[in-house]
Amino acid sequence: MLNESMTAPTGAHETSLNIDNRKLGTWVFLASEAVFFSSLIVTYIVMSGRAVSGPTPQEVLSIPLVGINTFVLISSSVTMVMALAAIERGDQRRLRRFLIATALLGLLFLSGQAVEFTLLYQHGLSLHSDLFGASFFTLTGFHGAHVSVGILWIGFVLARAFSGGVTKENHLAVELVGLYWHFVDVVWIIIFTVVYLIGT
Amino acid sequence: MQRNMLVDAQALPLQRYQTSVLRWLVTTNHKDIGLLYISASFLFFIVGGVEALVIRLQLAEPNSRVVSPEVYNQIFTMHGTTMIFLFAMPILVGFANYIVPLQLGARDMAFPRLNAMSFWLFLFGGLVLYSSFVLGGAPDAGWFAYAPLTGTDYSPTHGMDFWALGILMTGVGSTLGAINFVVTILNMRTRGMSMLKMPLFSWQILVTAILILFAMPALTVDAILLYFERAFRAPFFLAQQGGQPILWQHLFWFFGHPEVYILILPAFGIISEVVPVFSRRRIFGYAAIIYSGIAIGFLGFTVWAHHMFVVGLSPIADAIFSLDSMIIAVPTSIKIFNWVATMWGGRLNLKTPMLFAIGFISMFMIGGFSGITLATVPVDWQVTDTYYVVAHLHYVLFGGTVFAIFAGLYYWFPKMTGRFLSEKIGALQFWFMVLGFNLTFLPMHIQGLMGMPRRIYTYAANTSWGDLNFLETIGSFIIAIAVGIFLWNVAVSMRRGRPADGDPWHGHTLEWAVSSPPPGYNFAVAPIVHSRWPLLEENPDSVAEAHFATGVTDIPEETSVFPLVVAFGLGVAVYGLVYLYPVLILLGVAILFAGIVGLVYEPR
Amino acid sequence: MLSFVRATRPALLLILISALALAGCESVFTPISPQAQSIANLATILFVVAGLVFVVVEGTLLYFVLRFSRGRPAGETAEVETKNERRIEIAWTAAPAVVLAIVFIVSMVILRFLVTQPAAPGMGAAASAQTLNVRVVAHQWWWEFDYPDLGIVTANEMHAPVGATLLVSVESADVIHSFWSPVLGGKIDAIPGQINRTIYTVTKVGDYGGQCSEFCGVDHAFMLFRVIVEPRAQFDSWVRQQQAPAATMTGHAASGEQMFMNGACIGCHTINGTIARGTLGPNLTHFASRGTFAGSTQQNTRDNIVKWLEDPQALKSGNLMPNLHLTPDQIQALADYLESLR
Repeated sequence: MLNESMTAPTGAHETSLNIDNRKLGTWVFLASEAVFFSSLIVTYIVMSGRAVSGPTPQEVLSIPLVGINTFVLISSSVTMVMALAAIERGDQRRLRRFLIATALLGLLFLSGQAVEFTLLYQHGLSLHSDLFGASFFTLTGFHGAHVSVGILWIGFVLARAFSGGVTKENHLAVELVGLYWHFVDVVWIIIFTVVYLIGT
Repeated sequence: MQRNMLVDAQALPLQRYQTSVLRWLVTTNHKDIGLLYISASFLFFIVGGVEALVIRLQLAEPNSRVVSPEVYNQIFTMHGTTMIFLFAMPILVGFANYIVPLQLGARDMAFPRLNAMSFWLFLFGGLVLYSSFVLGGAPDAGWFAYAPLTGTDYSPTHGMDFWALGILMTGVGSTLGAINFVVTILNMRTRGMSMLKMPLFSWQILVTAILILFAMPALTVDAILLYFERAFRAPFFLAQQGGQPILWQHLFWFFGHPEVYILILPAFGIISEVVPVFSRRRIFGYAAIIYSGIAIGFLGFTVWAHHMFVVGLSPIADAIFSLDSMIIAVPTSIKIFNWVATMWGGRLNLKTPMLFAIGFISMFMIGGFSGITLATVPVDWQVTDTYYVVAHLHYVLFGGTVFAIFAGLYYWFPKMTGRFLSEKIGALQFWFMVLGFNLTFLPMHIQGLMGMPRRIYTYAANTSWGDLNFLETIGSFIIAIAVGIFLWNVAVSMRRGRPADGDPWHGHTLEWAVSSPPPGYNFAVAPIVHSRWPLLEENPDSVAEAHFATGVTDIPEETSVFPLVVAFGLGVAVYGLVYLYPVLILLGVAILFAGIVGLVYEPR
Repeated sequence: MLSFVRATRPALLLILISALALAGCESVFTPISPQAQSIANLATILFVVAGLVFVVVEGTLLYFVLRFSRGRPAGETAEVETKNERRIEIAWTAAPAVVLAIVFIVSMVILRFLVTQPAAPGMGAAASAQTLNVRVVAHQWWWEFDYPDLGIVTANEMHAPVGATLLVSVESADVIHSFWSPVLGGKIDAIPGQINRTIYTVTKVGDYGGQCSEFCGVDHAFMLFRVIVEPRAQFDSWVRQQQAPAATMTGHAASGEQMFMNGACIGCHTINGTIARGTLGPNLTHFASRGTFAGSTQQNTRDNIVKWLEDPQALKSGNLMPNLHLTPDQIQALADYLESLR
């Protein structure tokens, strides 16, 4: 008892939560992000139906296209889970592959968003065209920004994976990016439901 | 004595502060960062105070023209913005930074480089905000920035862009800091320190950090909406396009009300440390103080629309928010009773920290009462938006938070510098401050009842508000003298103050178990605690039994320039966003990205 | 530590001075309506209760400070056992809760009264008989008062017959303002895109003040208005005057009228029945009937009118009426015209 040393750098013991600092930090960060997106979604809901001009959601939103896009993003969460499962088994090759797949699917999602945005823009919808355009682009735009940051994050983890820095014993980085990625996915599901399914 | 066992004086020489500028730019040590926060905030306090003096000079007499209304509106906007975002929040964070790891028996915060980044974001955010004065005009639509006055139609200068983006920048810093505190407090308490054995200051900081995490995003979204409206004409608050000015207020106050608890809970924490130590008793009702703090934190999210009783909400909504606002007064009063009860049977040591603590209790109580009258809807309908509210907010934020800050400064100055602040000068400052403060703000209750609205830059002679205004201006200068006395005290005491050892006040908590100032590594060995007040334990053998993972002598001096780089990059990007120069935005983002890459890849 | 006790004396003096200041003028405590009266009563109760609690708690605090700071030797911490700690804590949790519950309930009763339009005969026959619809529109930086049922559009002054119940609707033409006259009652915000409503029953004749109470820009401090409560007969004759068409002009006033109609004035102002139909500024049809102008910050005298026309910015800097750079002759003619618009 007197010279007991603590192995984890954070000195995990009975008066800590036994979760790595960085993992706890990521959860806490996501809690804050949840409030951020909730505020944006509430704003969207408050604003819906109040535009005095411009195209309505029913007129311009394309559920098929965005439905496919949603499927793409959900698939990327699946590949992310597979990536984590792979490294938990020590399979570095599959880790890298699934991470790449996740990033690619993320990029595909963003391309789909770009296509959707362009179509809407051609219909006269923009940030300044009217209230619907403003709240729609702000909400989906910030989500897209979060996806982009996620893809960059995956890139960092991939770089580390390629240099052998991610192992069966030490793969916290994959867990953390996974947490973030799943969060962003869940947010999208809510946005899709509120904006596309309920809102039209 | 067990205190000295925690500082292995033989292993390392006592650290002397290095004075190179570079050291301060790259430090990630929580004590350094705490000092940076406290110093920078205090500078902003003086600036905000000068702004207050300009306001008071302008209002001293009717039909005055000391400054034009255009300038006046910038001054009062920046006074509020500065005092809240650039002084009170950061200085409390500074105390927390310095003291919480020590109280927890930890070596540093959970994320030291993130900690540094939070500071630089705050500092640069504040500097960006102030640069607006010379870049076409500071923000001038109030610290609360109600739409649609803040849109480009009615506020055509870039002032409000600086406001929105400056708030966003400092807000990111606050949020990152909050994450750091939550993880540190939940995960890095020393052995034996269960949650219910944690010092009260650290407890209040935990609740504060959670409030920041959940409140700040609402303001972030609000500021984004405002910026988009101004930069891209997104009509969120433009009624003629279906926008809702009220949305601004709901989001703002959803943040704004927890914000005032963010400003007062750390103050409660400081008082909860000072009163027991200077009463030489344990605090009365430790658990009650914790649970009431949690209750206040939670309830603080349910009362926001009591700032909006006159905007035309339904009477039912008014009733609900009024009820919640009254309920929240209960846990608040409990704390006051607990502090007063702590003094019963104690042996009071009326040094300056205790003077300020007693002043705090008295002044905050007055502010609490005016708060209850404001929670009463019919009375609020008369006195909201008047000087009555100015009186209320200053009683709780100045008589409350600022008094507690001075209590903390006098209490922990010896810990941070190894010297006492002068008692004589401190007492002088205290009395000047009490006199000046009450002279300035007590009559404002009356003025509000007499019909004087807020945020007016002058008033007619026939209102008979002039006499009280004149008195208040005198009071404000007495406050200024008090602050000057404090600065004199610091100047005199830094070099020649009476030396203080590790535990000059006979404290109860772990920060007093190490030298003053503490060595860089805080504790040579990790303390084990068995009670809430480890330094009052009878058994000296019960501490100092565990080791940190790294031994005393191989503490890496973690420094990093990248937190500063990231904050700098964001600042550059903000300028780009204000003026909508894509090149500047990209440059800023590139610098920011480089900083992040640096953080990820630097050797640790 | 007698200094603590001594400190309370100047504080009491200050309160006394303030109270006297309060006594002499219009305030929350000089109500002219039952609405304002009920709020004043509630406020008084709250202040008395708060004062008592403050005296008790602060007194206890100061007593403890005095009693427990007297020379006992320094040393180890006092070990004081407080008996019945749990009971004490429960007591001082329950006591404020009970007091606050009572305050809340009383406040809700009064709130209901404030938002209810008096319709029952029990309110008093005279009061229930007369309701008057007033539409208030807030502009940067002046107040428009319309009486939609009477076809009146005016500015700066709200007239009402004593005893009437005013059903006030409040709107904004630009940013958020707040309509407040403490003697009338609680304030209500003027918010673009919505109509807020409030109710005042005016029971005392007089000329009272009001002021915008939500920061609205550069001239927020100059956005005053008057509330003029008058006997029924006087009110009726005011109504007739306001309903009358614009006066016909002769002599100098006529040339002033011509200048007005040919000049920039018509872009912002309305004179009923003429080509002047601007709505950015106040309706001037019966300008001379008003006691004040420029957001009620100027007395309506010849001198002030002339000064205003010379340079509106000098009297109210930042307001939306530009300096038209009129010649002295033009100013005199226009002043004649304005003074004739009774």
